[in-house]
Amino acid sequence: MPLTGFLGIQYDFQWSVLWTGGHGEWLVQGIWTTLRLSALSWIIACALGILSGALRTVPFAPLRALATFYVEFFRNVPLLVWLFFWYFGAPQALPRAAQDWLNIHGPEFWSAVVGLSVYHGARMSEVIRAGIQSIPRTLLEASVATGLSVGQAYRLIIIPVALRLIIPPATNESLNLLKNSSLALTVGVAELTFMTRQIETYTAKAFEALTAGTLIYLAMCLSIASIMGQVERYFRIPGLIARVGRAEH
Amino acid sequence: MTFEWAVIVSNWKFLLLQGLLGFGAFGGGTLRLAIPAIVLGFILGIIIGMGRLAHRPWIHYPAVVYVEFFRGVPLVMVIFWFWFLIPQITGQRLPEYTVALTAFVIFEAAYLGEIVRAGIQSVPRGQIEAATAGGLSYGHTMLHVVLPQAIRNMIPSLVTQFIVLFKDTSLASIIGMMDLTKAAQTVSQREIRPFEMYLFIAVVYWIFTYSMSRFSQWLEVKMSPERAPTRRAALRAAAAEAPA
Repeated sequence: MPLTGFLGIQYDFQWSVLWTGGHGEWLVQGIWTTLRLSALSWIIACALGILSGALRTVPFAPLRALATFYVEFFRNVPLLVWLFFWYFGAPQALPRAAQDWLNIHGPEFWSAVVGLSVYHGARMSEVIRAGIQSIPRTLLEASVATGLSVGQAYRLIIIPVALRLIIPPATNESLNLLKNSSLALTVGVAELTFMTRQIETYTAKAFEALTAGTLIYLAMCLSIASIMGQVERYFRIPGLIARVGRAEH
Repeated sequence: MTFEWAVIVSNWKFLLLQGLLGFGAFGGGTLRLAIPAIVLGFILGIIIGMGRLAHRPWIHYPAVVYVEFFRGVPLVMVIFWFWFLIPQITGQRLPEYTVALTAFVIFEAAYLGEIVRAGIQSVPRGQIEAATAGGLSYGHTMLHVVLPQAIRNMIPSLVTQFIVLFKDTSLASIIGMMDLTKAAQTVSQREIRPFEMYLFIAVVYWIFTYSMSRFSQWLEVKMSPERAPTRRAALRAAAAEAPA
């Protein structure tokens, strides 16, 4: 279908390149790698976020300093730099044998996992901290005043409330991770953006390939956002989140 | 494993003057990209944010679609789109710098627009009603009553977003623009010293972003000492939603 005239652009659309010649399988593989990379990094990022968030509150200064250093250094440097560091730089610091092992087993995917999870762990930590801080101190005081121990107050009141409060920002952060996984193409991970580029290179049909990639990312993000929107509404605490949580969505 | 930190000293001119500032044969430059991108992105963001609050559906809905679209797509994708589209439309290849700047302004305006919208919504309705009752037109109400208060409320989230944008400029290296990241890549390939190089630019990026974030915290306290800590934490939580 040739299209002429719009802004003087001439372009020959050929949407079939997306499913012929095995390109459909490339896209499916790309989606699968993106989801696997994101899911794995997300789990590690959450664990790192909770761990460093907790360490920042312990009554032992060196541990607090270590956690603060982790969060402030890793989240304030571009993810791309971290990916290059973990992929090109970090293996250089390993012993010879470990380097050989990495080269045989393909370090791309795992360095992307490390890069994404360490970076997003630091960001997740801030989301968790902001969630806990947004709970008024009086809630803890009121819980203790009704006769709960501090441990019980945390387990029964503070943590359930905090978990509900951080659903919107944590969802946003998780979507950021999904979108950021596209940077893994720079270290040679065959995820969705990589596959989109590959179809473009093989067929010279950039418009079709980019449209496919864009729509797939949009579909993934919008569907996760709408599912989490339902979850958020279900767990909403009447009168407490009101606008604050949603305002900047 | 031995490290050789001298590689930084012998290449500092290329890394900092060319890569960071953009003085040199390659153009580009992290700061030379980040500063115009922040200014232009903010201007477009104000238009988008106000558009989202407009009552006329033909202004409101395009603004909503704009924001939702760009927030659902990775920045790399947007950069590739412009990399491909601009030569198609203009009929000539433009420098990487121009492509990157266009992509950043259009992409970041979606996020900045949301911050502007939230800022405007944080101004109590009574203010607008009082201004209207006082005889001010819509334009004057916006300019003299709403925006000054809104911008004050937005500042923490805005600075956070500017930090994000500053970090995002590293993605311009993917299409070959000579910024700090690309300069480090070039040097590390020549010297085969990736560990030292990437750690060094990590520290350079960190110095800029961390001082911006300290400045934002200082500004927040300075500008609104009356605010309860809870409100501040909520704002920070909202700011943390910003993209990478």
